[in-house]
Amino acid sequence: MNNPQLNKHGELQHLLTTDGLPVRILRDILDKATEFVNVAEGREIKKVPLLHGKSVFNIFFENSTRTRTTFEIAAKRLSADVVNLNIGSSSTSKGETLLDTVDNLCAMHADMFVVRHSTSGAVHLIAKHVAPEVHVINAGDGRHAHPTQALLDMYTIRHYKKEFHNLRVAIVGDVLHSRVARSQIHALTTLGVPEVRVVAPKTLLPSQVEKLGVRVFHDMENGLKDVDVVMMLRLQNERMEGALLPSAQEYFKYYGLTQERLARAKSDAIVMHPGPMNRGVEIDSSVADGTQSVILPQVTFGIAVRMAVMSTLAGAK
Amino acid sequence: MNIHIKNGHLIDPKNKIDAKQDVFIADKHVVAIGSAPQGFVAQQVIDAAGLLVIPGLVDVAARLREPGYEYKATLESEMEAAMAGGVTSLSCPPDTDPPLDEPGLVEMLKHRARSLNQARVFPVGALTYGLKGAELTEMIELTEAGCKAFSQADAPLTDTRVLLRAMQYAATFGYRVWLRPQDAFLAKDGVAHDGEIATRYGLPAIPVVAETIALSTMLQLARETGVKLHVCRISSAEGVEMVRAAKREGLPVTCDVSMNHVHLTEMDIGFFDANCHLIPPLRSLRDKAALRAGLLDGTIDAICSNHSPVDEDAKQLPFAEAEAGATGVELLLPLVLKWAEEDKVSLSDALTRVTINPAQLLGVKMGHLSVGAHADVCVFDPKATWKIEPAALKSQGKNTPFNGYTVQGRVRHTIVEGHVAYSI
Repeated sequence: MNNPQLNKHGELQHLLTTDGLPVRILRDILDKATEFVNVAEGREIKKVPLLHGKSVFNIFFENSTRTRTTFEIAAKRLSADVVNLNIGSSSTSKGETLLDTVDNLCAMHADMFVVRHSTSGAVHLIAKHVAPEVHVINAGDGRHAHPTQALLDMYTIRHYKKEFHNLRVAIVGDVLHSRVARSQIHALTTLGVPEVRVVAPKTLLPSQVEKLGVRVFHDMENGLKDVDVVMMLRLQNERMEGALLPSAQEYFKYYGLTQERLARAKSDAIVMHPGPMNRGVEIDSSVADGTQSVILPQVTFGIAVRMAVMSTLAGAK
Repeated sequence: MNIHIKNGHLIDPKNKIDAKQDVFIADKHVVAIGSAPQGFVAQQVIDAAGLLVIPGLVDVAARLREPGYEYKATLESEMEAAMAGGVTSLSCPPDTDPPLDEPGLVEMLKHRARSLNQARVFPVGALTYGLKGAELTEMIELTEAGCKAFSQADAPLTDTRVLLRAMQYAATFGYRVWLRPQDAFLAKDGVAHDGEIATRYGLPAIPVVAETIALSTMLQLARETGVKLHVCRISSAEGVEMVRAAKREGLPVTCDVSMNHVHLTEMDIGFFDANCHLIPPLRSLRDKAALRAGLLDGTIDAICSNHSPVDEDAKQLPFAEAEAGATGVELLLPLVLKWAEEDKVSLSDALTRVTINPAQLLGVKMGHLSVGAHADVCVFDPKATWKIEPAALKSQGKNTPFNGYTVQGRVRHTIVEGHVAYSI
């Protein structure tokens, strides 16, 4: 079976997942992102002409403000023409199928699609369907993958920790429903992080999660002990409805990241969160705003990483 | 029509025949094996040199999609597919629209099928009205109309008191109850086996306990009521073991498995291949091995195609949103042969799972070629290899997880009730 992300020369054709992404490509993207961070910080004009004349379509079948905005900024800084389409889940009830929507947009000569969809695998389906010159970026599909988030997380870790091979990383929270966690796990293990932990109650972990190459912890005290990086996950409110958790209060009491719990980690540990945060649910404000938090730099790096992904796909550099 | 099938190698598992024997057919029945009866004049001679002659296959689960889902498939298209697959008898689950819960619907379906004069259709009636799991159907009337068993198809029956009463009522009259074990709550929204692949891909999962909890309930109620219980589409190692124990205990329990589960696992989902979105979900390698062991030791009585044609649009969707099901009635024979070869099962033994065993599950007299039996025959070339290409399938449903497989065994002639219904 061919890796659907790569073209026949082994280059990145689509970015769908970090699962099975070759380490050389992963590192290339991080290196390229470094250049874009420098561009953004070092120049008066933040634009580069790498995607000049190209059309990037942001198709969001699921609501998002932050991710869509950062993709938009990234594309514009690369001088691309950007079209934003917010297609609520209602569009399918109007009768148009996912692939019909994509065909229509292809007919408008899209060069690149940035897609978010509520169903796992939806972006793979689109990637398989489009013409060979079109590129597809997964901006989050169901519980499956959110590769650009994971890449910006890797960028952030590398920025603060320099290396991956000596790190202990804990991912805390709702791994079961999290595309972010899955993409982080694959990226971390690919980059050679020797110990990736997941910390959550059993209701929020998928079965056989250890087969993804992680150590499983059910308590924060042991889970955070001596880690270099704490990656928090967002807890959706609807988790309380499916009998997965009794209450947000109880969750915070046992799994919320407080200063006291963070003290279990290494003293120079960094705290990350993909946003948007639920203060007082998964993370205490004093931690979110504290000295170890790198949550806002993550957002800044996110633009550079998405520029790196887009320019890699376009083969513009 | 008098037919003489000559020079073929006859395999009739029920009669333990595995030898070069001619078959003579007259007046819709087998009239002789070996040498012609006195005065027999063949109107048609089929030269089966180099070919195998076997009883027509019996498939215990083939959806024909009529009434109600003609956009997915029609009797015409699916009967043709059955003929191309050497399947001469099939039973269709009651999950049509409306469901097969009224004698009139069953009679109409039987009538439509008879007028096509191809495979025999043995409907499985709905166990409850509208498959809603609340009120019992008129099982006596439905049986008189032609139903061979009663089932919920894939619809849940969550009310265990209704299940108990349905079994009691069916047991009163000796009717068979066919149920696919799946706890509706544990399987809710699930689309894949709760294992490594679902975890990796973030697919909503169906755990093995969804099967075993439902199966445990069924087996205990079967013990309580004495009903003839048939467990449909078993999928897990634990489930197989429970059926094995129930049989050892002497409960009147039988069991089938779909050919998909004999050959495929969750790994075949590959990169979200919607053709592998099936009911029940494809499970682990360990489960597949246990299903095969269950076939070998007789815990599992029959292999079915679980033929479920789906229209193309319903599959051109993300994995979880794509409609479950795959076409398969045409592929049953080659895939059973493939299993036999892989597990070193003799052809005669393997064929019991698609001839005499399923016929007995249905309580019909097909599945063998004794003198006096219905002349339903499949003549196939065991050496012919062919590539499964969806466009070439007769079924209106073109989706199969076996797309691109090269298989061995191609049907050359299908004879139903003494007439040649298919020949290539």
